[in-house]
Amino acid sequence: MITIKELSDDNLFTAGHTACPGCGVAMSIRNAIRVLGKDAAVYVPASCAVVFGTTFPYGAWKVPFFHTAFENTGACLTGMQAAFEKKGKQVISVGFAGDGGTYDIGLQSMSGAAERNEDVLYICLDNEAYMNTGIQRSGGTPFGAWTTTTPVGTKIQGNRRFKKNLGDIVAAHEIPYYATLSIGHPLDFIRKVEKAKNIRGFRFLHMFTPCIPGWKMDPAKTVEVTKRAVESGMWTLYEVENGEKKITYKPGKMKSVKDYLMMQGRFRHMSEEDIKKLQMWVCRKWNLHYKEKGAPQICEIAPPEEHHAVTEEHREMHGP
Amino acid sequence: MNPETSPNSPRTHQQPKKVITGDHAVAIGAKLCRVDVVPAYPITPQTLIIEHIADFVSDGELDAKFLTMESEHSVMSAAAAASASGARVFTATSSQGLAFMHEMLYATAPLRLPVVMANASRTLGGPPGIWCEYNDSMGARDSGWLQLYVEDNQEALDMVIQCFRIAEDKRVLLPVMPCLDGFVLTHTVEPVEVPEQEEVDLFLPAYIPDITLDPARPSMIGTFMPAEYIMELRRQTAGAMESAKKAIGEINDEFARRFGRNYGGLIDTYRMEDAEIALITMGTVTSTSRDVVDELRREGRKVGLVKLRFFRPFPSEELRKVLSGVSAVGVFDRSISFQGGGQSYNEVRSALFGMTIPIINHLAGLGGRDVTREQIMKMFEITLKAAKGEKVNLVNWHNTRGETL
Ligand SMILES: Cc1ncc(C[n+]2csc(CCOP(=O)(O)OP(=O)(O)O)c2C)c(N)n1
Ligand code: SF4
Ligand SMILES: [Mg+2]
Repeated sequence: MITIKELSDDNLFTAGHTACPGCGVAMSIRNAIRVLGKDAAVYVPASCAVVFGTTFPYGAWKVPFFHTAFENTGACLTGMQAAFEKKGKQVISVGFAGDGGTYDIGLQSMSGAAERNEDVLYICLDNEAYMNTGIQRSGGTPFGAWTTTTPVGTKIQGNRRFKKNLGDIVAAHEIPYYATLSIGHPLDFIRKVEKAKNIRGFRFLHMFTPCIPGWKMDPAKTVEVTKRAVESGMWTLYEVENGEKKITYKPGKMKSVKDYLMMQGRFRHMSEEDIKKLQMWVCRKWNLHYKEKGAPQICEIAPPEEHHAVTEEHREMHGP
Repeated sequence: MNPETSPNSPRTHQQPKKVITGDHAVAIGAKLCRVDVVPAYPITPQTLIIEHIADFVSDGELDAKFLTMESEHSVMSAAAAASASGARVFTATSSQGLAFMHEMLYATAPLRLPVVMANASRTLGGPPGIWCEYNDSMGARDSGWLQLYVEDNQEALDMVIQCFRIAEDKRVLLPVMPCLDGFVLTHTVEPVEVPEQEEVDLFLPAYIPDITLDPARPSMIGTFMPAEYIMELRRQTAGAMESAKKAIGEINDEFARRFGRNYGGLIDTYRMEDAEIALITMGTVTSTSRDVVDELRREGRKVGLVKLRFFRPFPSEELRKVLSGVSAVGVFDRSISFQGGGQSYNEVRSALFGMTIPIINHLAGLGGRDVTREQIMKMFEITLKAAKGEKVNLVNWHNTRGETL
């Protein structure tokens, strides 16, 4: 396995791109391509990364780059790889798609490529909303979050649905490799990218990528936010290799979801009731992933009497 | 097909004829072009094409990557990506499928990816229908794809081969869409001469693009284009479409020399030499119209026929030239653009701008309704009346119930 020190820096995704300072997407792309190396060819669907990395006449990519549309990452990777194979070229076809381009509009194309077990690497850069169009809700947006299409109104506050469980959907295709990553956990990050690079068949890397304006957060806190996401259970670092799931990092002690939420303006409006609702969702997720209950002082506080109705609804949606 | 084959044809032997459907002919054409990648998705009446290609690949007759995609949008996405990665790409679609991939048509052309895709002409619903109409491909006429309409199964096969030559010509480098009439050709058998592989290899060399997605020579294809640059790109695409006219003519002539079949290039004509009126047709209706022309000629009426082969690039100069002596022209359309006539009619009108002859639209065969000799006879009659200065409707719905307000 490569270490951070050994990691070459050929600047395959160069400095000088126009992403916001602190952009988690840019950091993830840059470090992923460092591991993948020169023999990669990249597809990026419509997303921030097309704008900040390829606005003509400038281009940040030193590996072949292709873009055509938004909803077709799985299909474009399929076509690229087919051509490379037919021509006898050893190239890794890599897609860098957003959450909108993967959870929602590109789900079908991704699913097709996964089901056919195309020999490609699909990377989802999950910043939990449509950022390029100015922060609209996607299937990857967490409960409670403000976006421009889930505004904080007097009647309805923020997103009312919980984040879609994309990991299970992808893994259900019985692909060789699915893993979740975070830029705040660089050793785990590098190991997983390297592993995905060397596996054949459909590999999916799911990267948690903070967005500064979309999350209304301090650009200096990108790494810290991802760490708190993992410590609280909002994001879990694991991998599923040939059907076998393995947690790759388990926080020593569960942190309250509130710690995570309070770093970001998109959650700051949340009522205690909504925070509790989200906390319960996280506790259940924690339970499923780590096969143990979350911290008792966080997960076992009985919701106040008046919130029972909400609790029932929550149970109905997510099981006991 | 023009019955008089090229006089300087070097061929001495007849190739064996096969009795096959239009879809089968198209599939054989693609095989003879040694295509590298074929992304596919089923839709009637195109499906036989991809089924035949699947057979070729599975039987080892064609060394290609056959990709069973999950939608037409993905078909054209994979086609564009494979083409950008250096492969010769073929696919086929129809109607709803063409509409579904519409967005991707606009990606392939300006990125100069020479994909060839056969379209089995079919009604684009609603209401749903599976028979021949041109409202599917007409919606793609401004996407930068070259578009042509064939008349028989032989032309379908031959044009797939010519299409790759045209698409990959460095002056053109645009995708090409040969359209064949749904069912009338796709599912109807005709005797077809199948060219020898060696002859096709001589006519169509391997595709070697200048720019591809190659790690040895990295390039970025499909970058984000600000207003300062995109207009020049549009101009280049328009220029390529313009230069396609010359390429189509030359490639037609070379094909005629090598294979003995001359289709005329952008347009073909029949008995136009001394014609006083002309009918412009597309697709299979052309064959029936030739018979009608012969019959009217026997009655002493000087009528002629222009077969509009290419719709993009649109042969404006060629039409002006061939129609310079007529006193009225009728234009057949198998689709309506809901603004006063068919697409072909409107294109012909702008092509003939400045000429003072009456131009009369004949809508027939929409949704796959048969276009009979009687209807075509009627088209000529109305056009003749117009030539004599009599008042006629500009847009005529043939064999259609109801009224146009
Ligand atoms: C078919 C289509 N619909 C809508 C758009 C507009 N659009 C471009 S980028 C984008 C948002 C991308 O969101 P995501 O995939 O999450 O990537 P991000 O920008 O957040 O990294 C949208 C909606 C488009 N380009 N194409
Ligand atoms: S808006 Fe968000 S995702 Fe887009 S460049 Fe800025 S930080 Fe990155
Ligand atoms: Mg996003």
